[in-house]
Amino acid sequence: MYLAKLVVPCLTLLASFASKANDMPLNLTKGVTDISDRVYDLHMTIFYICCIIGFLVFGVMFYSIVRHRKSRGVKPANFHESTKIELLWTAIPFVILIGMAIPATNTLIAMENSDDADLTVLVTGSQWKWHYRYLEHDLEYYSVLATPRRQIENKLAKGQNYLLEVDRPLVIPTNTKVRFLMTSDDVIHSWWVPEFAVKKDANPGFINEAWTNVPTAGIYRGQCAELCGKDHGFMPVVVIAKEPEEFQSWLASQQAEQQAKQAEEQRLLALQMPKDELMDLGKRTYDQFCAACHQPNGQGLPGMFPALKGSDMVMTDAAAHIDIVLYGKAGTAMAGFGKQLSLKELAAVVTYERNAWGNDTGELIQAADIEARRKAAM
Amino acid sequence: MTSMTEQNDIAAQQHDETNEHHHYAPKGIMRWLLTTNHKDIGTLYLIFAFTMFLVGGAMAMVIRAELFQPGLQLVDPNFFNQMTTVHGLIMVFGAVMPAFTGLANWMIPMMIGAPDMALPRMNNWSFWILPFAFAILLGSLFMEGGGPAFGWTFYAPLSTTYSSDSTALFVFSVHIMGISSIMGAINVIVTIVNLRAPDMSWMKLPLFVWTWLITAFLLIAVMPVLAGVVTMVLTDKYFGTSFFDAAGGGDPVMFQHIFWFFGHPEVYIMILPSFGIVSAIIPAFARKPLFGYASMVYATASIAGLSFIVWAHHMFTTGMPLFGELFFMYCTMLIAVPTGVKVFNWVATMWRGAMTFEVPMLFALAFVVLFTIGGFSGLMLAITPVDFQYHDTYFVVAHFHYVLVTGAIFSIYAAAYYWLPKWTGHMFNEFWAKMHFWCSLVSVNVLFFPMHFLGLAGMPRRIPDYALQFADVNQIVSIGGFAFGLSQLLFVVVVVKAARGGEKAAAKPWEGAEGLEWTVPSPAPYHTFETPPAVK
Repeated sequence: MYLAKLVVPCLTLLASFASKANDMPLNLTKGVTDISDRVYDLHMTIFYICCIIGFLVFGVMFYSIVRHRKSRGVKPANFHESTKIELLWTAIPFVILIGMAIPATNTLIAMENSDDADLTVLVTGSQWKWHYRYLEHDLEYYSVLATPRRQIENKLAKGQNYLLEVDRPLVIPTNTKVRFLMTSDDVIHSWWVPEFAVKKDANPGFINEAWTNVPTAGIYRGQCAELCGKDHGFMPVVVIAKEPEEFQSWLASQQAEQQAKQAEEQRLLALQMPKDELMDLGKRTYDQFCAACHQPNGQGLPGMFPALKGSDMVMTDAAAHIDIVLYGKAGTAMAGFGKQLSLKELAAVVTYERNAWGNDTGELIQAADIEARRKAAM
Repeated sequence: MTSMTEQNDIAAQQHDETNEHHHYAPKGIMRWLLTTNHKDIGTLYLIFAFTMFLVGGAMAMVIRAELFQPGLQLVDPNFFNQMTTVHGLIMVFGAVMPAFTGLANWMIPMMIGAPDMALPRMNNWSFWILPFAFAILLGSLFMEGGGPAFGWTFYAPLSTTYSSDSTALFVFSVHIMGISSIMGAINVIVTIVNLRAPDMSWMKLPLFVWTWLITAFLLIAVMPVLAGVVTMVLTDKYFGTSFFDAAGGGDPVMFQHIFWFFGHPEVYIMILPSFGIVSAIIPAFARKPLFGYASMVYATASIAGLSFIVWAHHMFTTGMPLFGELFFMYCTMLIAVPTGVKVFNWVATMWRGAMTFEVPMLFALAFVVLFTIGGFSGLMLAITPVDFQYHDTYFVVAHFHYVLVTGAIFSIYAAAYYWLPKWTGHMFNEFWAKMHFWCSLVSVNVLFFPMHFLGLAGMPRRIPDYALQFADVNQIVSIGGFAFGLSQLLFVVVVVKAARGGEKAAAKPWEGAEGLEWTVPSPAPYHTFETPPAVK
């Protein structure tokens, strides 16, 4: 009676969870590519084999537990050792394993063959974003988490693709063999899209290969799979597969855009931006790219990330300040942002750091100052 | 025959001469600080291990509380990473390994008819450096920048260039743990090789002794490798070397090779003694001899041998050449054969026995089923092409918690309940012990089974926040986690009650139990087998 009082609500609770959990698939994703299909089949085959073995072994065990118990008055047998049986239960699993190894080997060989790709993308991980570069085309960009900070902090309702959305997804053509070259600028990351069955580590200083051939257009989401520091949970991968013609026109428009941006940069060199504009853009840039480590209040995380508020370099040496933002600092977690940010953003963020949080140096850094440091390094 | 008697005479004489020394028994804290008695040291190890289990468990509760809902609620990501890291380190080096060493200390001399461990002073030292190691590790959590946050596997360069300054303390602490383990292992080997009772031949050794002997060799082989790799991390971070930095000619993947060359045998260090425990308990409560004693010994040795040639299955996604992937896949699959032999042996031992289901047996049976489930997921993970999908997801987390919690830790509980009457001289309270078992059994499966689904659905491990589709299952997992955590407190109740009093235990409280440890009274006297016993 007492037990029933306890068990019934527990079961109801569990059942309600089970019905709520319906929107999450309980099995491995089948994915969309031929490879992911084969991986799924392999997964199911091995799963069923394990189920059969488990059913037999546990079946014998539970039969024994029910029948061969002292309370039923049985007398224990005394048999042990039987070379025949022992050979048999060594040999049978061995044969089953060979049966598993053959399809696994075939699939693996297919997965590792990245020859004859029609498009190559260099994927570079860094804390905590991805960078994509189309090697055959003049196009490269960063891809950063797009979920607003306030959703993560539970101040805003979470969107449907919470933590699985980026500002600029990777775009690839369908029905084309696309080769990915993986590397990293800092720690080890791992680029993973479950629906392609592609997961490959991005190792700093080395290049790994993977490939996919996506038959259907769509949006595919994944995440970084290797612990890469504080914001490891916040660097998703989003891939859009477009029909080849659509992909070509997308590529052309992106290239045009990138060239326009570069022209705009050149024009900026002659311009002086007013302080308000610099500070405004600087704050936005800082919050997006710098605040994860140096914190929104510029005080850093003692022992991990240094404070910018009241920092010697920030208060005095503008050239060194610009250099560290452009190129990072070797041997530390400070990455260079020269590739990632525009001249305007770089100028703005350095200005912001030199004037925010009571750092009031009053100094304005312009795009031309950044360009001067960049030239000096060449 | 004459020489035998002579030896015994000499032993008896020496015993008389040193009698005074034997009676030097400091009281209070000094008894424990200075003790060289294998039973005292065993007790210290077991209490220490359980304390660490609760500390590491508390960290798991922090992790599960943060993951109860999507979004960041309780801790920031940096602290979350410190929790996953230190939880892992404490459970591996602070809970499971010392618990097994404690069991070895208590039981091996009593099982082989030895008066004590062979190297009693070293035994004292190998225990007493451990609290310092963990004080250093836990203390580092309070440093500026926080404690280690790079996972218990401390992959470079996250643990070198990109880590906080507490890394030096982490390295030092792992060094001390390693020294302690190596000393413990040497002691076990020397004891088993030299101090067996005269008639205790190799193939009469209880399986717990056999499995521990093999474990000790694994420890001696791989703990120095761990010491080496943490030292390389130390010099890369502080002394300008570039073992793991491509910019200086090193390779970050080499770190993983060295680490897992230690790490995979380490996994078996944490499960082989379990095999020994279960192989003692199942025959005892089935009242029937172990089906295949010799094949159990050979299977243990094969698993230990294979453990040295499978390490890179932890690294399939690092970009190994195809040949490497195939080699490590085949070798890993092979482990299923000797492991299968073990499971079949246990089941065959139960077959046509006359079973009763006291608490040690309940834990042992749960071990067989749940460890096998962990074995199945292990086999699935061995298949390289599918491992690409499972790797670094909750599927892996589910897998290794099945083998470590329902495997290693359940076997330790089985051992504790099996030998508790021998240690305390009292029978434990059956009701609370059964409550502990059933609560643990249900909650541990609510905790870890749904993690398989999370992993298959694509949730990466070691993340403090997750996409909305994972929310409901994470909630179930967290509830299971809290329930499992609370259930472990019941164990404290049972042990404290049994230590304080209770029904007197007979020398052999379990009808079907076999072995020398049951020939001495309960509680076991401070000194046992001062003269070697006769062995059947």
